[in-house]
Amino acid sequence: MTAQFGSTASVESGPVTKDQTNGHGANSPASSVQPAPRYRAPLDTAIIDTDIHIYFPTQDTLRSYLDERWQDYHRTYGQRGFDGSHYPRAMPNAARHDAWPEDGTPPGSNLPLMQKQLLDEWNIEVGVLNPLVGAGEQRNLAFGAAFARATNEWQVAEWLDPEPRLRASIIVPWEDGELSAAEIDRWGSHPGFVHALLIARTKEPLGRRKYWPMYEAACRHDIPIAIHFGGAAGVPITGSGYPNHYIEDHGGMPQTFQAQVISLIFEGVFQQFPTLKFVLIEGGFAWIPPMLWRMDSAWRKLGSEVPHVTEPPSQLFRRHFWVSTQPMEEPFKPEQFRQLLGQLDLDDRLLFATDYPHWDFDAPDRAFPVPLDKERRRKFMAENARLLYKL
Amino acid sequence: MPDPTRIDCDIHNEIPNLETLYPYLPDHWLDYCRESAFNGPDAADYPESVPISAREGSSARPDLAEVQNRALQDVEIGILNCAYRVQSVRNEDLAASLATAVNQWQVEHWLEKEPRLRASIVAPSHNPALAAKEIERWGDHPGFVQVILPVRAEAPYGNRRYDPIYSAAVKRDLAIGIHYGGAPGHPPTPTGWPSYFIEDYAGMAQIFQSQVISLVCEGAFERFPTLRVALIEGGFTWLPSLMWRIDKEWKGLRHNTPYVRRPPSEYMRTHLRLTIQPLDAPPNPLHLAQILDQCGAEDLLLYASDYPHCHDDQDILLELLTADQRKKICSANARAFYRL
Repeated sequence: MTAQFGSTASVESGPVTKDQTNGHGANSPASSVQPAPRYRAPLDTAIIDTDIHIYFPTQDTLRSYLDERWQDYHRTYGQRGFDGSHYPRAMPNAARHDAWPEDGTPPGSNLPLMQKQLLDEWNIEVGVLNPLVGAGEQRNLAFGAAFARATNEWQVAEWLDPEPRLRASIIVPWEDGELSAAEIDRWGSHPGFVHALLIARTKEPLGRRKYWPMYEAACRHDIPIAIHFGGAAGVPITGSGYPNHYIEDHGGMPQTFQAQVISLIFEGVFQQFPTLKFVLIEGGFAWIPPMLWRMDSAWRKLGSEVPHVTEPPSQLFRRHFWVSTQPMEEPFKPEQFRQLLGQLDLDDRLLFATDYPHWDFDAPDRAFPVPLDKERRRKFMAENARLLYKL
Repeated sequence: MPDPTRIDCDIHNEIPNLETLYPYLPDHWLDYCRESAFNGPDAADYPESVPISAREGSSARPDLAEVQNRALQDVEIGILNCAYRVQSVRNEDLAASLATAVNQWQVEHWLEKEPRLRASIVAPSHNPALAAKEIERWGDHPGFVQVILPVRAEAPYGNRRYDPIYSAAVKRDLAIGIHYGGAPGHPPTPTGWPSYFIEDYAGMAQIFQSQVISLVCEGAFERFPTLRVALIEGGFTWLPSLMWRIDKEWKGLRHNTPYVRRPPSEYMRTHLRLTIQPLDAPPNPLHLAQILDQCGAEDLLLYASDYPHCHDDQDILLELLTADQRKKICSANARAFYRL
């Protein structure tokens, strides 16, 4: 077998003018993106959207679901998380400009607008709500638990009850395994909740034992744990300190997902909880094959340190993980996307997601950069999610 | 087919112990080291007895004779990467003196004794001004071909605080080598401290990815158009996925970083080179061939044994290559990159 390459890289090729101002006084970029006509997929399958974001329209709405003590606390002390690692989004609320309700409340806080722009517009059969409200990032864990419970009650009353196409996430105060388990037990048999929701940047890697009571509860109710893009853990967002820009925060999130997968697998979580399922949301997926190759290679050489890991990491990953599609990496050439799907070997695990109402929304007909066969389309757009979430 | 000439871009020469450096330290720091319980940097990138630290019959800290006997056979030139982590010594002046001592030791015990060897300048990069001085001290010595930085640092390497290092390096036509490891004091993952060495090891690839994002997106290659960066011992099979992701990010967000004028993957191809060990290869050679093709690897990869570390057999890679590609990866890329 011969690999064919055609690269023209050269260290000597002297690029563009040196700019001592680091570009802050620079003209517009020298090269521009050539907008090629975007491939459009036929909309001939059911669609299940596994990543929709909702927010409280006002802080009063949140408070109306808190008991008196926590209402008072929230009014007085507010929300206190891990400060100092915020990257301003490229656009207000990281949202599509057209997703703002007319009354000025935040995008994702208005059910009729979401129905119009998403569920009706794209004929979505089922949509999964992932509220990123910050309950799990409260340093006051008791308040975090009350905040999580309030969020769950709000989801039932204002989203699940009025709109049968929607499903919800059990919000948990994830830094406390016992409190999280209690919240999962509270909602685990409610048919409207399909997974418990964590954020990618937890304080410690998710394989560590403090999180295990939460996994035990998830197994008790046979619901997956979802890990979503984002968060602030109080440590730098890379293994080498804080970068400067939002593009590094947003583009660097796959590294956080990789750290979580490495931790979950090497800590032996799946030997302890053989039925546990994880859903990785909004992390992309092209990083998965090389990460698994590296993990398998490391395990072959260093497995003696983790004798509880009794099978190759790639095998554990393919059994225990599901992955949402947005934002998906876009290879240079269409055949490279098909190569990627071949390397992934996760045809039964990819879950379509739009990420409404965020700026990097994936429309159902434009999400995939290349045509896919009908069977893959059916699986990715709806059937994998239907099986996982028992819809 | 006879093997082409090989240039090995990753051979390790480790300081046996702190006492090795005593002859090269100024009196003040010599006293300090003797009087305190200081044993040298506490970075534990490769604990000596873990199974990847030394291959069979090798020692984790090989001396010159061992390197000559076991690593330089069939090698035209070997590049030493001393992983002495002066950056984890909080006292920056001590770190600077230790770096000078390490570099002097490299000259006397390695470069002057073995003409096939080249070395990497160890510098206190947590204080870029002092690091630049160290680069200036050795930069004209023909034996030094790069400045070595640990991939784990206090801030990502695209940050402008490191500009004095890059400025000193490009002035002397030296490459920057970003190498596995380091101990900056904060966690090796974006989500806190993992429990096991195997997690540190498997997770090191993500830190290389973060460094690539930083170097490109913070404009280091625009500020220093001749800057050349080797990524050493971090794997390479992740490169296509990173190119795709960051190119896509740039399409959506490049108005935030106007000085990033070209698609990020172009900077990666132009300015980065990656050593081939550890291979982290897929079990299916077809998939490895796809990865090589997707990133244009024939121009990007540098042959490396990573002696004495123990990794997978590299034949799965070398067997995929045409004679011309083999020549590039085994020697021509390194010859151009390191000006050998």
